[in-house]
Amino acid sequence: MSTTVIDVQGVSKVYASARGPVHAIESFSMKIDEGEFVAIVGPSGCGKTTLLWGLTGLHPFTSGKALILGEPVGKPRRDVGIIFQQSNLLPWRNLMQNILFPLEIMKENLADYRARIKELLDGVELTGFENHYPRELSGGMQQRASIVRALSFDPKILLMDEPFGALDAYTRDEMDTLLLGIWKKTGKTIAFVTHRIEEAVYLANRVYVMTPRPANNSEIFDIDLPRPRPEGITMEDRYFKIVAEIKRKIVLDVEKQKRDGTYASQAYSTVT
Amino acid sequence: MPKEHVDRYEKLLEDEIPDFEHHEPERHGQLDISATVSAVSIHGWQQVAGIVAVAVIVIGGWELAVRLFEVPEFVFPTPSAILRALITSMPTLYEHFFITLGELLAGYVIGASLGLFLAAVLTQVPYLEKIITPYILLLITTPTIALVPLLMLRMGFTIWPRIVAVALASGPMVMINSVTGFRRTDLAKIALAKSYGATTFQIFAKIRFPLALPMINVGLLVGAIFGLITAVASDMIGGKMGLGNRIAYYSSLARMANFFAVILLVSLIGISIWIVMAAIGKRWASWEE
Repeated sequence: MSTTVIDVQGVSKVYASARGPVHAIESFSMKIDEGEFVAIVGPSGCGKTTLLWGLTGLHPFTSGKALILGEPVGKPRRDVGIIFQQSNLLPWRNLMQNILFPLEIMKENLADYRARIKELLDGVELTGFENHYPRELSGGMQQRASIVRALSFDPKILLMDEPFGALDAYTRDEMDTLLLGIWKKTGKTIAFVTHRIEEAVYLANRVYVMTPRPANNSEIFDIDLPRPRPEGITMEDRYFKIVAEIKRKIVLDVEKQKRDGTYASQAYSTVT
Repeated sequence: MPKEHVDRYEKLLEDEIPDFEHHEPERHGQLDISATVSAVSIHGWQQVAGIVAVAVIVIGGWELAVRLFEVPEFVFPTPSAILRALITSMPTLYEHFFITLGELLAGYVIGASLGLFLAAVLTQVPYLEKIITPYILLLITTPTIALVPLLMLRMGFTIWPRIVAVALASGPMVMINSVTGFRRTDLAKIALAKSYGATTFQIFAKIRFPLALPMINVGLLVGAIFGLITAVASDMIGGKMGLGNRIAYYSSLARMANFFAVILLVSLIGISIWIVMAAIGKRWASWEE
């Protein structure tokens, strides 16, 4: 029996807004075991990002319980790495300085990490670009750098918020394959938010589907595709079948809410 | 400042619907002349030759025209006469030069560091910032030079009233631009630092300050130029020393060659200011270009 790393029990999140409270999440639950790759999908504006940010402790949940390795989330933790929608590199630092940024904040002895970072850079084919500034790197390279940055301090858990959403389709597919390689090698526990069901099915062991806002559990899909997953698997029928099933579920959820009159207009589409 | 920006700034303090998407830091300011600070880069001998050619044509043409039309020197001197005057008056002029430079440096160091410090502190407390800003604007819009006679009444005909005047002229300029810089908040980058457990001071030193640097650079340049104007003008008002005093002196005697020689020294200081600020900008604030 493997340990539960992320344990979310009926969390809710309410934001204040000029037009009254907005219920982003309502009693959502999720369990992620050690070494698992879990994707969270749902219609846009449903609260996926809110869930992830709740887990980081930066925007705490309004109610419910969220535990990481048995401890309630709150303060930023050293064993959690976050990867954002955009690479979020600091433009005034070169690539190496960007990668060392978390270690600097944590006041670590940078020399202890040189070898590790060199290996990580090699793994994402960024060796030789250490002195380049973000503006000199392509979008894919920037996002690869941000992955190295998140891995630099060797967190056990990676929280990823649509990390490849801003990249073009080809780069995105490359990054997915790269991420699978990193996951296989490092055995990190990954919570991956995305609105691309195809991506979720290709990457994850399990896919949590959220209902439209206020988000709660719709369904959990076990992805029983074999590992390792060759890229070609995304051309196979069994892959398409799962993708279609999940898509159908999301559409049905939206339609049900519309029938019930509870469907909130997606006015807050920035919260995706 | 655009309204939506004010709103977003204030939202930092509340738990509002967060803006998770990445935004480029806003660029706006009372005086955004970053284009001036980003150094003119000169490439290739053609450009250098072009610049030299313009100088030769202008200076040569000036020399020729003055000689050709036999304009008397007290009306308009030739460049060669100005150069001669500069060389011959240098033994007495250098003292005035260093007095003005000293006023400028002393006043500027005091004013700029106060302005920078106040900007850094005030932007941490938006309420305080709102109360103080009108007074800073008042200081900016009131020509400090008008205060020099009053300052002299209190401090006498020393260089102190001039140093205070320079500080009063340059400080608010540095401050108001730095405030604009510190106000640029990039929530995504701050969240990034917070996710690693950054302290408020770390966020300031490693995110807010570098983000503000391009605007601070602009403030430092504008402040220095305002300081120079004030130093020269204060020289004219009080005391017997300083380049401004020499300008007034030579012009009253209609010694135009000497007059222009002093102007040349003043522009030398001005150009040096620009070169130093452009170098600072290139080193620390060029990431934004």
